[in-house]
Amino acid sequence: MYVLSAIASLATLGLVLGWLLAIAAKYLKVESNPIVEELEALMPGSQCGQCGFPGCRPAAQAIANGEAPITVCPPGGSALAEQFAALLGVSIDLSNFEEPEFLIAKVSEDTCTGCTRCFKVCPTDAIVGAAKQIHAVVADACTGCQKCIAVCPTECLQMHKPEVTLRNWRWQKPLPEPVGAPA
Amino acid sequence: MLNLRPTTGPHTRENLSIGGIMRQVIYALIPATLFGLYLFGWPAINLFLITLFSALVFEYVCLKLADKPALPALKDSSALLTAWLLAMSLPPWAPWWVGVTGAGLAIILGKQVYGGLGQNLFNPAMLARVALLISFPLELTTWVNVAPWLSETAPDFKTGLHITFMGLDNVDSTTGATVLGYVKTELSQKHPLSASLADIYNSNNAWLGFMRGSLSETSAILLILGGGWLLFKKIITWHIPLSIIVSVALISAVFNALNPEIYLSPSVHLSSGALMCTAFFIATDYVTSPNTPLGQLIFGSACGLLIFTIRTWGGYPEGAAFAILLMNALTPLIDHYVKPRIYGRDRQGRPLEL
Amino acid sequence: MISLMQSFRIRGGVHPDPRKTATTDLSISSDFPLPKKLYIPLQQHVGKPAEPVVRVGDYVYKGQLLAHSQGMISAPVHAPSSGIISDIADYPAPHPSALPIRTVFMETDGKDVWQLLKPPTDPFGLSAEEISLRVGAAGVVGMGGATFPAAVKLNLGRKNKISTLLINGGECEPYLTCDDRLMQESADGIIDGIRIMLHGMETPQAIVGIEDNKPAAFRAMKKAAADFRQIEVRQVPTHYPMGWDRQLIRYLTGKEVPADGRATDVGVLMHNVATAYAIHKAIRHNRPLVDRVVTIAGGAAGSPGNIWVPIGTLISELLDFCRVDRPRMARLVMGGPMMGDALPIAELPVVKATSGILALTQDEITRGSEQACIRCARCISACPAGLLPVDMANRIRSNQLESAVDIGLKDCISCGSCSYVCPSNIPLVHYFKYAAGELAARQQAQHKSEQTKKLIEERNKRIERIEKQKAEEAARELAAKVAKYSADQAEQVL
Repeated sequence: MYVLSAIASLATLGLVLGWLLAIAAKYLKVESNPIVEELEALMPGSQCGQCGFPGCRPAAQAIANGEAPITVCPPGGSALAEQFAALLGVSIDLSNFEEPEFLIAKVSEDTCTGCTRCFKVCPTDAIVGAAKQIHAVVADACTGCQKCIAVCPTECLQMHKPEVTLRNWRWQKPLPEPVGAPA
Repeated sequence: MLNLRPTTGPHTRENLSIGGIMRQVIYALIPATLFGLYLFGWPAINLFLITLFSALVFEYVCLKLADKPALPALKDSSALLTAWLLAMSLPPWAPWWVGVTGAGLAIILGKQVYGGLGQNLFNPAMLARVALLISFPLELTTWVNVAPWLSETAPDFKTGLHITFMGLDNVDSTTGATVLGYVKTELSQKHPLSASLADIYNSNNAWLGFMRGSLSETSAILLILGGGWLLFKKIITWHIPLSIIVSVALISAVFNALNPEIYLSPSVHLSSGALMCTAFFIATDYVTSPNTPLGQLIFGSACGLLIFTIRTWGGYPEGAAFAILLMNALTPLIDHYVKPRIYGRDRQGRPLEL
Repeated sequence: MISLMQSFRIRGGVHPDPRKTATTDLSISSDFPLPKKLYIPLQQHVGKPAEPVVRVGDYVYKGQLLAHSQGMISAPVHAPSSGIISDIADYPAPHPSALPIRTVFMETDGKDVWQLLKPPTDPFGLSAEEISLRVGAAGVVGMGGATFPAAVKLNLGRKNKISTLLINGGECEPYLTCDDRLMQESADGIIDGIRIMLHGMETPQAIVGIEDNKPAAFRAMKKAAADFRQIEVRQVPTHYPMGWDRQLIRYLTGKEVPADGRATDVGVLMHNVATAYAIHKAIRHNRPLVDRVVTIAGGAAGSPGNIWVPIGTLISELLDFCRVDRPRMARLVMGGPMMGDALPIAELPVVKATSGILALTQDEITRGSEQACIRCARCISACPAGLLPVDMANRIRSNQLESAVDIGLKDCISCGSCSYVCPSNIPLVHYFKYAAGELAARQQAQHKSEQTKKLIEERNKRIERIEKQKAEEAARELAAKVAKYSADQAEQVL
């Protein structure tokens, strides 16, 4: 008798829950994946391709599908990775994350021919100048995407570290001292 | 010459190191330790030294295996202190392998597998003691009679070595029960406390330490003295010791008033067992106790409650080690919920309203 | 009873070795020889840098305006002596990085002639607004090290109708005695400055808080304030960081400033004693801020002391004057040893914020090597802000800055109490300063990223527009061609 009632109650329970799940799947179905849009909104959007994907949206799609790590975007660095982690509700261990070095383009005035190719490809209009005149890079607008480097015929564009001034100088992260090393 | 690497303040530091803290605790333990070694003579000294030495060896081996520099870590005296506390909690005439096993458990299982100093969840000495107690109940509950150094009953050096390495021959004539153990047995046979206490308990001896027990269970007075030194040197704060002592005293006073024939009085509770050592030296371990004063008060009160509960209704006569381990497990939780109030904010972290 | 209640108001903090005895009994020296060259940075204050009004080659008198303030929060800069402007260019700033800052170079002529000074004015005949204006024009900034323009603060106090002006005579940093000596020697001037501030803010009362390890300064100030019932001089316990404005506010008034608020929200405002003295000089004697008292101390200083120093003097000259044993000097600190900055070179100018120059020996700064945290919680009990330094540092170490902010990183005042007590020598303050800088950088990066998106959109729109124009033009040309062709055809037909 007890055996029968146990089987009956468990079977009922299973049926009811399964039915509930079926209803939930039908009515609470998510049509598209809005997370991709949200991820993309956080990204720099310069379509620079440094991540290896053809643009920001494909990279966001790859993250959403779990095909790319949340640390995929080099210009975004660990700050972006932390935002992704918060958005996706995952925890990340950034203790071994190496911040990618941020470089900006700089025109060497000796070799620039004023060919205008670089500022035609610049996605942020960070290069100013006119035909037959030496071009210059506006440091605040350059994202370091390196598209200009590829098209420059005289190799006069080079990547440099941004200039350190009193305004943007920061304390470095303390180096982990080996335990017991002399001070 | 100027160092060119940018350095933040402060450009001055308090003159205190980990080693300095550990050594102060050891200094504070010395009176009670010497007195205990005096009470139990050569076998106790042998066990004590063996435990200390093997702990240092285990620490050295672990650090070498982990590829960490061993000498600076040994110099901070933390392994020494762990072994010291463990040795003080063992039956004084226990055989040598109890000390070695205990030191191994404390250093390896209690500390190094967690990642070394500062990473362990449980007090290493208490973890080892409880593991030993469960694994070797006989050796861990054989309490030798008081046999002061150079007295007639005291074993000489040779006998001491024999006891430590070959075992105790005449167990029945040289050993007995501790106060808490005897009382527990008698109560289980429905003998009232007034009768059983009269057999074994003498208030003066209990506070001074002339009774059976481990080194940490003998002289309450000397342990209080050591605790006072730590308080004076600001190595520990009053929160944990006082809350343990007060909570044990209060709870036992209530129950004792209800039925003095079943429940021990506060003075017996405070003077017996490892209570004082626990309150001042074990529960105050930085790594395994809460960080904030309020958290420490909660921790201490709960420890006191558990000690009383285990002593009164538990299977073991002394509950200090179990109480500490249980509360160690709760320490991260206490630290999570009990945080200091930030200046200009309420306890929930919202800015104060005007 | 009251004092017992008050002592509960102090939270955290430490008691560092004061090390003030070397200089506390020496009167302030005015014997420092006028340097041949002065280097006057154009930004010695919080806010926008000053804009120069002199040109290279100009002769200027002492006290003459070199650069005027620009914007709401700024302060002007005046000539510390008479001489010729030799250059206006970049020069290393007194900052841990010693990065360059725009600086006026001056060659003094040794005459030290003041510009034509107006005769002393009666400040109480001036309107409150006029006081603020004059304080601002004299270039007075917070002399305790915060360097917030004093005039802006006076206006804030007046607008917020504060009830009490607090004067910080705590000087809780070790080694420093410049405020102590100033109070002992110029108490009347300071009290006068306080009265002028009260007048300028239309505030009824002031409380001066002096740490109880400066009994002589307390007596002098008490005596100077005896005739003024609106000024109360009180002793406060010697306790670092007593000079943290919010700590002193809570101790003296019992009020706690909300985390998202200002001191004015609880009806108080705090100024430093040296600022009060500078205001006294500026208003009473019409003398702009061109010099200050600097404590030179530390184990490597042969003759430490307090000295009146013209702004712009190179620290290296001060070191020579105080016979600092350079090889023994292991660290050069501007300010106090708890919160001051270590400077990489000595050829940097003294600025308005320079309260002290410490030439510390290896013995004074030596700390053991960094060791594992034993969770002793000393940092937690030392934190005057009620934070969990050890947890914040752990989160920062594993690059979880946002979660460090969640547990109060932004409430950290970098007072250094936690690092001071840490037995494991963990560089806690360094972690917090790094995190604060990194967060600021991220905010900038965020801003830049938004700008970038805008730029990209604009560019795309422009390209679209150009394409469209081209297409339209092509269409028009085609249409014109077609029209012409059909017209030709029609002509032929005709």
